Amino acid sequence: MSESEEDKGIAKRVEEFLQVFKKGADFTQDLLKENERLRYKVLELENALSKSGAGPIKSAEPDPEVVELRRRVAELEEENRAILDRIRHVEAENLSFANRYVDIEAENNNLANLYIASYQLHSTLDFREVLQVIMEIIINLIGAEEFAILLLDEKTNKIEVVATEGVESEDVPSLEVGEGIIGKVAQTGENYFVKDLDTYQKDFQKPIVCIPLKIKDHVIGVIVIYKLFVQKSHFAEVDYELFTLLAGHAATAIFSSKLYSESERKLSTIQGFIELLTQ
Amino acid sequence: MSSYNVLVVEDSPTMRQLIIFALKRIRGLNIVEATDGVDGLKKLNDTRFDMILTDINMPVMDGLKLVSLVRKDPIYKTIPIIVITTEGANEDRDRALALGADEYIPKPIQTTKILEVARRFLNLNDKVGG
Repeated sequence: MSESEEDKGIAKRVEEFLQVFKKGADFTQDLLKENERLRYKVLELENALSKSGAGPIKSAEPDPEVVELRRRVAELEEENRAILDRIRHVEAENLSFANRYVDIEAENNNLANLYIASYQLHSTLDFREVLQVIMEIIINLIGAEEFAILLLDEKTNKIEVVATEGVESEDVPSLEVGEGIIGKVAQTGENYFVKDLDTYQKDFQKPIVCIPLKIKDHVIGVIVIYKLFVQKSHFAEVDYELFTLLAGHAATAIFSSKLYSESERKLSTIQGFIELLTQ
Repeated sequence: MSSYNVLVVEDSPTMRQLIIFALKRIRGLNIVEATDGVDGLKKLNDTRFDMILTDINMPVMDGLKLVSLVRKDPIYKTIPIIVITTEGANEDRDRALALGADEYIPKPIQTTKILEVARRFLNLNDKVGG
């Protein structure tokens, strides 16, 4: 079902609920009026009987009309209770429906973020553009103000800075795999989150978040975040999803772009050789 | 069915995509993209827009300059302008609103918020599926 159809369905259900609610309210009003009328009637009959010298209706054989009226009052009261129960039930259902709608909207928002992030990450094979997309995701979708992207140099076994935002490259440490928090994340491939965001003091060795960039179990780099936007006080559920997405998709996007630029370079070298040989 | 023209001014392709993705849930919307303030002003000349959504930090011309120029122009000054930005401090918000922005949405954005604001400024709140 499309979203607009879903919206229509929701509006229809809300309209139906309001109709049921209004009918219920009207009916309850009618019942109360009827109840009142019947009580008055009973009182009138009792008074009439009293005036005629028959005394109050306490005889062993009460007036059948009064009995019938009392039975009818009891019936209407029971009906009234049933309607009120039904209204309460519909109200609870409506509340549950509204909560579900909010949950679906939130989920929709999360999926939109993940879809756009994933789409953008694989939209280019240019290494610099891939880094730019990763940075845009971290800024715009996660809400980080200061962070860095570090990649593993397989030759030196060190993780080196390749891009930063809000901090100087020189301030971010280049570490051996296994060294410190960042190095440990590169070694184990497990996410790191600082325990208490409120009391965090910026330390380039201890970021707020450190996410490994992984292709299967092979870590090719890490993302470290040092500061979030002032308006971002905590991580939302979608942020953890985005971190997971970044761990996998950003890694493959970086890896693919590096392979592509390497193959492009090799191709142009080979073409150069061929041109030399054919001249 | 009514049709509305909306201008999205944002230098980040990721953000543009996300904003457009959110806005596309509103039927009858014609979305025009611009990558900075100057590009936005050019696009304003081509179409009569019902709403502008703009980032603040952009190359060539930033969003605040765009807001102030639009507000000074007698033709465009009534178009609702929604500012979407990473600057979340109160003074940034006040500055944008003082220049003439109608609404201020700090990043990271929620698509639900974009939709809610867009529907409000396009007066679509009472229209089902609008």
